[in-house]
Amino acid sequence: MNKNTQSVVVRFSGDSGDGMQLTGTLFSTVSAILGNEISTFPDFPAEIRAPQGTLGGVSGFQVHLGAERVYTPGDKADVLVAMNPAALKVNTGNIRPDSVIIIDSDSFTAKDLEKALYKTDNPFTELGLPETQQIVPVALTSLTKESLKDSGMDNKSILRSKNMFALGLVCWLFNRDIDQAVHFLGNKFKKKPDLLTANVKVLTDGFHYGQNLALNINTYTIEKSEALPHGEYTSIAGNKATAWGLIAAAEKAGKRLFLGSYPITPATDIMHELAARKDMNVMVVQAEDEIAGVCTAIGASFAGDLAATSTSGPGLSLKSEAIGLAVMAELPLVVIDVQRGGPSTGLPTKTEQTDLLQAVYGRNGECPAVVIAASTPANCFEYAYQAAKIALENMTPVILLSDTYLANGTSLWRIPKVSDLEEIHPQGVPEELKGHYNPALRDPETLIRWFAPAGKEGFEHRNIGLERDSEKGSISTNPHNHEVMTLNRAKKVAQVADKIPQLQVYGNAEADTLLVGFGSTEGHLKAATDALNAAGKPAALAHFNYINPLPKNTEEVLRRYKRIIVCELNNGQFATLLRGRIEGLHIEQFNRLEAQPFQISEIVDYVKKGE
Amino acid sequence: MEATQFKSDQYVRFCPGCGDHAICAALQKAMAQIGVPTHQTVVISGIGCSSRMPHYLNTYGFNTIHGRGAAIATGVKTSHPELTVWQMTGDGDCLAIGGNHFIHSVRRNVDLNICLFNNRIYGLTKGQYSPTSPKGFVSKSSPFGTVERPFIPGELVLGARGTFFARTLDVDMPTTVSCLVAAHEHKGASVVECLVNCVIFNNGAHNWIADREQRAEHSIVLEHGKKMIFGKERDKGIALSWDGLTPKLIVVPADDERVLTHDATLKDPTLHRLLILMGQMTEAGVQPDDLPVALGVIRNVEEDTYDQAVNRQIEEVRGKSKATCFDELTQTLERWEM
Repeated sequence: MNKNTQSVVVRFSGDSGDGMQLTGTLFSTVSAILGNEISTFPDFPAEIRAPQGTLGGVSGFQVHLGAERVYTPGDKADVLVAMNPAALKVNTGNIRPDSVIIIDSDSFTAKDLEKALYKTDNPFTELGLPETQQIVPVALTSLTKESLKDSGMDNKSILRSKNMFALGLVCWLFNRDIDQAVHFLGNKFKKKPDLLTANVKVLTDGFHYGQNLALNINTYTIEKSEALPHGEYTSIAGNKATAWGLIAAAEKAGKRLFLGSYPITPATDIMHELAARKDMNVMVVQAEDEIAGVCTAIGASFAGDLAATSTSGPGLSLKSEAIGLAVMAELPLVVIDVQRGGPSTGLPTKTEQTDLLQAVYGRNGECPAVVIAASTPANCFEYAYQAAKIALENMTPVILLSDTYLANGTSLWRIPKVSDLEEIHPQGVPEELKGHYNPALRDPETLIRWFAPAGKEGFEHRNIGLERDSEKGSISTNPHNHEVMTLNRAKKVAQVADKIPQLQVYGNAEADTLLVGFGSTEGHLKAATDALNAAGKPAALAHFNYINPLPKNTEEVLRRYKRIIVCELNNGQFATLLRGRIEGLHIEQFNRLEAQPFQISEIVDYVKKGE
Repeated sequence: MEATQFKSDQYVRFCPGCGDHAICAALQKAMAQIGVPTHQTVVISGIGCSSRMPHYLNTYGFNTIHGRGAAIATGVKTSHPELTVWQMTGDGDCLAIGGNHFIHSVRRNVDLNICLFNNRIYGLTKGQYSPTSPKGFVSKSSPFGTVERPFIPGELVLGARGTFFARTLDVDMPTTVSCLVAAHEHKGASVVECLVNCVIFNNGAHNWIADREQRAEHSIVLEHGKKMIFGKERDKGIALSWDGLTPKLIVVPADDERVLTHDATLKDPTLHRLLILMGQMTEAGVQPDDLPVALGVIRNVEEDTYDQAVNRQIEEVRGKSKATCFDELTQTLERWEM
């Protein structure tokens, strides 16, 4: 039976050494090239190589493909590929009741079941899988061995190719031509022709296996997306998009990009990407610790570079004092916080939005910085670009919030041209101040201080982390001066609100119910809003990318609604912030504390229930 | 250039009698002698008495946060190698809270001139023992004497595979100026330990050599290529001897043929370490008196610098790369029309 469907969710799951990430990436890219919208999310264990076949070692990759409105990687899978019993067990809660489950029947021996802690020899009954599910046992291991029996490869290498058999099979299931996958494999194994030949052979055999056996299962056809603006696309992960946003901003601003960073999950890929971009004149210092990461960046900023540091929550804690220095010295700085589960070391590979208040308030003294949040893997590019623009133009640190979900997930990205990007005009200094410049002098209207980077002749000056005299720029402990300077710093950050977009409402703007969110939950909240409206429950969504300052119309928009539900992956931090900013606003909270993205259905259920 | 060109308009607020006054004057003199224009000279500091130094120098200056000067200076120098970058830091700022940044800037051999003001005390916080206070030192935070062993800064520099180490004394202006100039001329992390007197909280900590009467007998100013001779009458020299398998330095008559000639460029740090350790007090009140304290440039070795190497690598990659701007970079992606 062939299903013609709007969208479908496929989950690949196996041992962390089974190559599920590659399989998922290839499949989603192939689908995108055929015209589908895609959204993906990898889900892998913290261990690099957990013991084989165990529950702790299961690595997953979920992709949602569709003709339109693919906002998230999807709640539950329509198709699950489970390479072993552990993968099946871990994903029982992640699949729909009518899903297709492809298993490697060779990996369901008594020993395999024992490793995955099954108590009986019938895993399907034990897991309570409903009969509506179509279980498709395929002897992936032996079929792969058969496929490569003449290859001369050793057994271990042969077994590592079984993911390609699974991929071939799934390509058949979705009527995907495998030519594109072959093309990608060609790029990946450019320098290993033997491996390329082997992988292509197994992939092809997997595809033909599905075709020839004409398995009696659902196959799918998904229409091309017509909703996307025409253009050239690629699929991009959030961390890479973040790195590229900074590269584009540096070029547009005419500055060298400098990154000072220290390895930390899940932010490290930003450093990896930028370290590889020496061709773009990017300077990366892998510092001795988190503090040195931000401090080297502050040094580069003092000398006039576009300076950034990338980290996750624990690193943001360590950088707090230095970010305060950048606030006090009024230097441009981009701080990227790819949030993970916390506190302390917490859940390094999982996703959360729990650093919001740390980003806004987590420094000593009255220490305002701009805080913005990306909301899709692809728009990490746009918000990294904006972070750089705001920092350079307003002489302030900007904290950009991302998280594990955005960092590792991918979505379609319409490739921009530098000429199409907004202009960036870094703050400079009027030439007439030559000879009598000091680092407290500022534009009287915007209160943005004039900036002379080190090396500029005639503008020698001393900057400080101590309070400065508002006129002379020298050290001051004068009480009134401290008040003036504190307010200068606050007003300077507040005036950024004049330059950012107004808050837009999505969905049914006339509804009584307003969902509110920020950052990476945008896709889930849009999908939930769509689902509510489709079910006859009018709902609107106000989603925030700009946190500090908030868009100017925030209060006006929020006061239009009777029921306001702030949905966030923490215990109510954005709700707390909004209550503090808008007096007397009644806010309901919908919080999830499982260090996982929302499920669209749970948001919908909550909203319906509360009425 | 003139020393006055490097004087800022700020009133110098070190305590009267503080050794930092002398180093400040020496810095202005040395910077004039070096001749790098004021706008291409950057002075970075952390927190502490000596970290106020940038305010008194008419250059680009940045008085930052406690301990982080080395990291911030690394950022300045790496991003802009054309600038001459100095770091002003004290024994607490550099060796306690900033220890990690210090050893790594030395290890990387970032081309910084690091003035380490060692008064063996925390002055700005009013008198706590520091990582260079000798064991048993009584201070406000060690009323019964510290039980900690101190760092000997030069030894730490060698442990971090440092390429330049000099030691000078606040009251010895000529040696200070020559060490600072040498630090600038050396490409890489140049550490100049400035022994300074804290007149308020640790007065006389360096009296063993600071006292004019005793200095000639208790210290030796090392000069590359010259014999290691010292003493009021210049009648004594330093020679190498052995204690079983352990090399050690001894004092011999100046005319002894065993007197060593100083070679600051030796890559092997063994002899430099022995010179650094001479006369170092590690226990309060116990001044080893068999060997003089070494002043002057003890180690001066050429190695590639971090800032040069990393900028060179960028140039090499850019020279070979097809894509050198963003629009070309996006053309290297797997991409398709939709």
